[in-house]
Amino acid sequence: MRRWYVIAAPYIWLLLFFLIPFFIVFKISLSDSTRAIPPYIPTLDITGGWDAIKTYVSQLDFENYAFIFSDPLYINAYWSSIKIAGISTILTLLIGYPIAYGMARAPHEWRATLMMLVILPFWTSFLIRVYAWIGILKKEGLLNLFLMNMGVISEPLTIMNTNIAVYIGIVYSYLPFMILPLYSSLEKISPSLIEAAEDLGSPPWRAFWQITFPLSLAGVFAGCLLVFIPAVGEFVIPDLLGGSETLMIGKTLWSEFFNNSDWPVASAVAVVLLLVLIIPIMFFQRMQANEREAAR
Amino acid sequence: MNTRFSWFNATSIALGFAFLYIPILLLVIYSFNESRLVTVWGGWSTKWYASLLTNEDLLDAAWVTVRVAFISATVATILGTLAAIVLVRMNRFPGRTLFSGMIFAPLVMPEVITGLSLLLLFVAINFDRGFWTIVMAHITFSMCFAAVVVQARLLDFDKSVEEAAMDLGATPVNTFMQVTLPIIAPAVISAWLLAFTLSLDDLVIASFAQGPGATTLPIKIYSQVRRGVTPEINAISTIMIAIVTLGVLTASFITRRAQQRASAGAK
Repeated sequence: MRRWYVIAAPYIWLLLFFLIPFFIVFKISLSDSTRAIPPYIPTLDITGGWDAIKTYVSQLDFENYAFIFSDPLYINAYWSSIKIAGISTILTLLIGYPIAYGMARAPHEWRATLMMLVILPFWTSFLIRVYAWIGILKKEGLLNLFLMNMGVISEPLTIMNTNIAVYIGIVYSYLPFMILPLYSSLEKISPSLIEAAEDLGSPPWRAFWQITFPLSLAGVFAGCLLVFIPAVGEFVIPDLLGGSETLMIGKTLWSEFFNNSDWPVASAVAVVLLLVLIIPIMFFQRMQANEREAAR
Repeated sequence: MNTRFSWFNATSIALGFAFLYIPILLLVIYSFNESRLVTVWGGWSTKWYASLLTNEDLLDAAWVTVRVAFISATVATILGTLAAIVLVRMNRFPGRTLFSGMIFAPLVMPEVITGLSLLLLFVAINFDRGFWTIVMAHITFSMCFAAVVVQARLLDFDKSVEEAAMDLGATPVNTFMQVTLPIIAPAVISAWLLAFTLSLDDLVIASFAQGPGATTLPIKIYSQVRRGVTPEINAISTIMIAIVTLGVLTASFITRRAQQRASAGAK
């Protein structure tokens, strides 16, 4: 019977603080906004009995969803979030793969140190790392200063407050999430496989594409999902590095909630965002579960 | 093979680490800048650190942040360790799929969704927002990270030592305290440190869960950053980076020592 206590504590916590809140979000997305505290109607008064519950349910509707889908602002924000997250994921993969590959092929005594050097920035505050780029990318920032002193450019580049700055920010912030799963799948590949291919006359690039890369696919998928899913809903990076052209749904949700105080619309935005991400999230969970079964 | 770097691997590692570290390095260097203008180097100075010490607002926020992080990391580590044991050792119980789903989904869930949903929960149950709502929010997402860290360790240790203890008549609780816990201790410590830094860093979820009287450091830093880059933010960032770096180095030292001792013991 004791095992039920072990299960119950984390289970009840997650039900209460993770699962139930989603139902509340969904419920409020069906409500109407109003100038009151809390800023939505109807609110349920259970003391009113069955009739109160019936009138309550009859007041819920899908108006907010209709509003989101009729206003191009929201549709564009979803599309552009997916596009920005997708491009950033590919860039992160292209930059992360050679690093992870180099680490996996590094001398044994170096690997633990290299691994720690990748993890260290991930432990450092996200906000601080994004902030560090403002000083580098802005018009009178360090990058422009450096390039102009080197004589590469004569006019300062405008990078800050554009989508390019957002790409840089996402790639930089999420790079460790890409490198770690890539590294762990690349490290498992036995070097003798590649040696065998080379002994049989395969040029290195062919050995890479036919042996190393296919064997690292699990890491590629895990890394891409770990970058893509949170990046779609990213708020801090587009808010601090992006400009008026940067349309991202995390930012839209934030301003709907904090600036417009329209909780029902913000909730509907969150529900649709969750629906957009549900397939990649389930895919990610399946991969994690498979890995656990394999390790057992 | 594998005794030295090939030029390609060495170059990609060097470029990669340059990309990861140069921005942080520049931020640290410019925190010692005499000039208020970020791009003008006015000589070395520690005056921005001195001015932090008189900034009551920031110090208050820092104190709140550390307390939130300490409490939430401790609870999250306990819940996360239990969750890891459930995931690895208990195969059959009703709702197992849902349970593992709730552990892994928060790892990738966009923070705005988690933050909004927790806030609406607190409003729905009429719970006043403030210190404790931030703590509860942080426990919720960091316990999942803690569970993943501990789970990895539980998966690769030899289950037969636990079975041996049970065969010799130890109760499950005794077995856990005297056999399992010492073995997974390094992972539990890293889980705590991870939960602590996650809480220290969090801006988005804390912004939703905060209330009057409880503002955390990231929220304060964020509102200042929106007004522009200042050497003071660089200084406080540098202090936070130094603390985290020290913590991670200590943790990895502990882990490595434990591993060495374990492998020496096995011989």
